[in-house]
Amino acid sequence: MSAIYILWLRELKRYTRSRAQIVASLGQPMLYLLVLGFGLGPVFQRAGNGNYLQFVGPGVIGMTVLFSSIFSGLGLLWDRQFGFLKETLVAPVPRLQIMIGRTLGGATVSVIQGLLVMIVCMIAGFRPANLSLLPMAVGFMIAIAVVFAALGVAIGSSLQDMQGFQLIMNFLVMPIYFLSGALFPLTGLPKALAVLTSLDPLSYGVDGLRTMLLHQPPFQPAFQLSTNVTVLVCVGAILLVIGAWRFSKIEI
Amino acid sequence: MIKVQNLVKTFGSFTAVKDVSFDVATGEIFAFLGPNGAGKTTTIKMLTTLLRPTSGSIELDGLDPQKHQNEARRRFGIVFQDPSLDGDLTAWENMEVHGVLYHVPHKVRRHRIEELLKLFELWERKDDQVKKFSGGMKRRLEIARGFLHTPKILFLDEPTLGLDPQSRNQLWNHVKKVNEAESVTVFLTTHYMDEADRVAHRIGVIDHGKLVAQGTPTEIKEQTGTESLEDAFLALTGSTIRDESADAADQMRQFAKMWSGGRR
Repeated sequence: MSAIYILWLRELKRYTRSRAQIVASLGQPMLYLLVLGFGLGPVFQRAGNGNYLQFVGPGVIGMTVLFSSIFSGLGLLWDRQFGFLKETLVAPVPRLQIMIGRTLGGATVSVIQGLLVMIVCMIAGFRPANLSLLPMAVGFMIAIAVVFAALGVAIGSSLQDMQGFQLIMNFLVMPIYFLSGALFPLTGLPKALAVLTSLDPLSYGVDGLRTMLLHQPPFQPAFQLSTNVTVLVCVGAILLVIGAWRFSKIEI
Repeated sequence: MIKVQNLVKTFGSFTAVKDVSFDVATGEIFAFLGPNGAGKTTTIKMLTTLLRPTSGSIELDGLDPQKHQNEARRRFGIVFQDPSLDGDLTAWENMEVHGVLYHVPHKVRRHRIEELLKLFELWERKDDQVKKFSGGMKRRLEIARGFLHTPKILFLDEPTLGLDPQSRNQLWNHVKKVNEAESVTVFLTTHYMDEADRVAHRIGVIDHGKLVAQGTPTEIKEQTGTESLEDAFLALTGSTIRDESADAADQMRQFAKMWSGGRR
């Protein structure tokens, strides 16, 4: 247990020490929030879907958690590079504990990052409909963070170096983001797109987040709340197993 | 303390270590010498559970590192060829993480970290982030860290690479001191023959994956009829230059330099 704790703590310390990075990583969500939020707002309003800033807020929070958790997993590549990974791999601790410590650390950092963006959203004018549901929204952020931190660890364990990074970024992370309904409603989509979006685990995370934060018309949830929870828990469990397995296979 | 018999490691069709056997006694300093790509690091990786041998047997303090991984890992400390510190953490925190991972009890840990940081002259800088340290300080910290959990065996893979003579000298003095005080068995590799001559009790020379000579420095010099260990080494391994191809880690290091502007 103490090994899990110290590795979790390490992730947190690294995060709080890289202030420049914290500010930098708020840049992209702010672009989406402010430019799209205010840019597409009038069109969205005319289509009868209500306030776009309200709609896109949870999407942008989901995006932040997605990016930051996947990157925390891929941080394994940096650790491999700068050697710290070896230090943990020769330690007399089961690899599973090391993997769990890292994943939880990455997930925690992502949730903090998500909360920061939520504050930014509120400054920009986003208003959660029901404050008492905020803890539930945070619950969804945690679920998203664990799912994608585990995915990141699975990928980070399988890559040798940063060569594949662009590939992962363009063919995995960006599609997960764009297909998740973070930017547009998932109702009434063309068949093919609807199938793709329903295969994306982030869709359920963002939908859950939105249900908790908006909770009233004109917003309509795309899935049942129970579906959202079930999918996230199952996918999270599967990815944790895969991540642990890939991590146990690392040879240096 | 270390017993290696008929150790073989192949990567595809390439044999990195061919049928190597040697023993290292308790409290001994054993230097493992060889040109680039001779199989030194591969051997160390097998001894330290990072790689699985293709065949042959290894015993560390009577334990097979493959069967009893965690038990074996508790018994050794290792300083890798390339740095393995976390640059964002402070010297103290790096030690602390190591202590927790190696199950050193809290009280003992605090006490021993202080003792080691003082011994390796890093105490004043204990709260500074490691990325601000010089190469020599990082190396000292890594070695101090290797001693933290009172290992029975310490592996040092080219610990003095890139250090100035002062730091090298100091480093070996520390290693000798701890070797004598705690009778730690030391297994080291280096490219500096004078160091091996000065520090090691016994030496093994490996070339093309094969152990070509073994004995005390004097024995090896007598065996080859040479004056210095450097000449003996050249007589044993020839004078052609070996090229190691850059591996993924090297390539990434370049990439990282480009990216972070050499910040780390």
